[in-house]
Amino acid sequence: MAARQAFAAALSLSMLLALSPATAQTPPVESIQIGLSTDAISITAGFSGADLTIFGSLENPDPLVARQGRYDVIVVLEGPPRPVVVRRKDRVLGVWINLESETFENVPVSYSVATTRPLQDIAEPAKYKQLSLGAQNLYMKPVDEADAPATIEEFTAALRDRKAATGLYSENVGGVQFLSQNLFRATVRLAPNVPVGTHKARAFLFKSGLFIKESSAQLEIRKSGFEQSIFRVAHDYSFLYGVFAISLAMLTGWLGRLIFRKD
Amino acid sequence: MGIYLPIAEISVNVFVLLAMGAAVGFLSGMFGVGGGFLITPLLIFYNIPPAIAVATGANQVIASSFSGALSHFKRGTLDFKLGGVLLAGGIVGSTAGIYVFAVLRRVGQLDLFISLLYVVLLGTVGGLMLVESINALRASRSGAAPVLKKSGQHNWIHRLPFKMRFRASKLFVSVIPVLGLGAGIGFLSSIMGVGGGFIMVPALIYLLKVPTNVVIGTSLFQIIFTSAYTTLVHATTNQTVDVILAFLLMAGGVAGAQYGAKAGQRLRGEQLRALLAMLVLAVAIRLAIDLFVTPPNRYSLTAAGLN
Repeated sequence: MAARQAFAAALSLSMLLALSPATAQTPPVESIQIGLSTDAISITAGFSGADLTIFGSLENPDPLVARQGRYDVIVVLEGPPRPVVVRRKDRVLGVWINLESETFENVPVSYSVATTRPLQDIAEPAKYKQLSLGAQNLYMKPVDEADAPATIEEFTAALRDRKAATGLYSENVGGVQFLSQNLFRATVRLAPNVPVGTHKARAFLFKSGLFIKESSAQLEIRKSGFEQSIFRVAHDYSFLYGVFAISLAMLTGWLGRLIFRKD
Repeated sequence: MGIYLPIAEISVNVFVLLAMGAAVGFLSGMFGVGGGFLITPLLIFYNIPPAIAVATGANQVIASSFSGALSHFKRGTLDFKLGGVLLAGGIVGSTAGIYVFAVLRRVGQLDLFISLLYVVLLGTVGGLMLVESINALRASRSGAAPVLKKSGQHNWIHRLPFKMRFRASKLFVSVIPVLGLGAGIGFLSSIMGVGGGFIMVPALIYLLKVPTNVVIGTSLFQIIFTSAYTTLVHATTNQTVDVILAFLLMAGGVAGAQYGAKAGQRLRGEQLRALLAMLVLAVAIRLAIDLFVTPPNRYSLTAAGLN
């Protein structure tokens, strides 16, 4: 065992010597970088979802490990955190009524993951829990922590399930591809109903199942276009918007009578 | 052709909405009702969130009632004083309704409450109208003369204090039931997105004994302002008025209404009422079924912190 380790160390040392004799003493640590071509994207009202490509690179990769495909990268695009209420309908006298509910703090509105391989093949589940990585491992903090653990668990599962069903939480296995030893490309999905706000792109580097390094970048998602202007006016100048809506209705009523009058 | 609704935040088909507006406008012109009680459930069936369907329905009602009130104003069949008192009550009722609306939305019971109100109100009104019109149809077939209500007849309402004279309606009545009626309609307007004509008209005729010729004009007059107020408050407190959606419905609606009014003149009163009753009942039944059918998913997510 000890002999094998020594052999591996010697092997990597000799390769490093060949690559960069100057830094031969300490094996350089791998690290990861990601770059976004822009720090803000505008989507129009008719946005029907898209793939977002993120490029990244490994720094100081071990060529042997890279050749054996033992580097894994997980890229996450995480939407802005918001509080959310999960409600459950139950039957009361035959009618389905929202009865139980659980409020969670700071739940990412969207969470898109791209990986080199299926998550379970990359690292141990405990590792993901520790890093709070992956939709299944995200920690959802209930506002009322005194609730029964089984209830919290049930509503947490329902929250993940609903998010996945609307495409806001997605997983793209094989969405990260190495283009060369250093360069990789990640494709994360943007759902049609992707929330506006500051999104965080994070890349996690794993080597033979061990977490090595993380890198992150910010991305602003904005909505643009005529419809978005209406939305903004409705929220920022709600009184004027209301007056406009009323005037429009009266004008339409008056014009309609003028144009289509039949009496 | 698809269009994105900025407030409802979904894509819909323009022609479906125009057709929906035109169909409801046609019916409302034919039966002399505002059509809000049909628009809001139809929007809900079309997957528009109920909160937005209600607020936008109220906005749409302004257009149809304004158009209708104009013709009554020209013909002089409109009692401004009575309308004004009804309106004063309406503002109070609508304010209360908006408050209840916001509370229900916060606790997640708004959708249920809207559906229940619709089922109960439409079921009752539709049922009563159907019975009444079938009786009238049967009576006219057997050749018996219809029993007319004596206009001079007084009931308990006419013994209440604070009497006021309404000249255009030839009425001397307490302001309490007028304000109360206005408040009730205002409350329903803000929670259901209806103008409330389908309750206002029979209430004015049967309870207050207002002459039939000024009833519709006066009802429409007060509905304009109650719905305008409701629209404004929904826009400022809940941001749930979708102008694009409202405009498409109005555009279809005002066109349909004029043709509907013409078609309505060819049908007999009882037949017209029986048809409207069946329509109202059908909407009520459809909404009732949705309450009992097992939902595809029992869990739902809402953004917290709406208060």
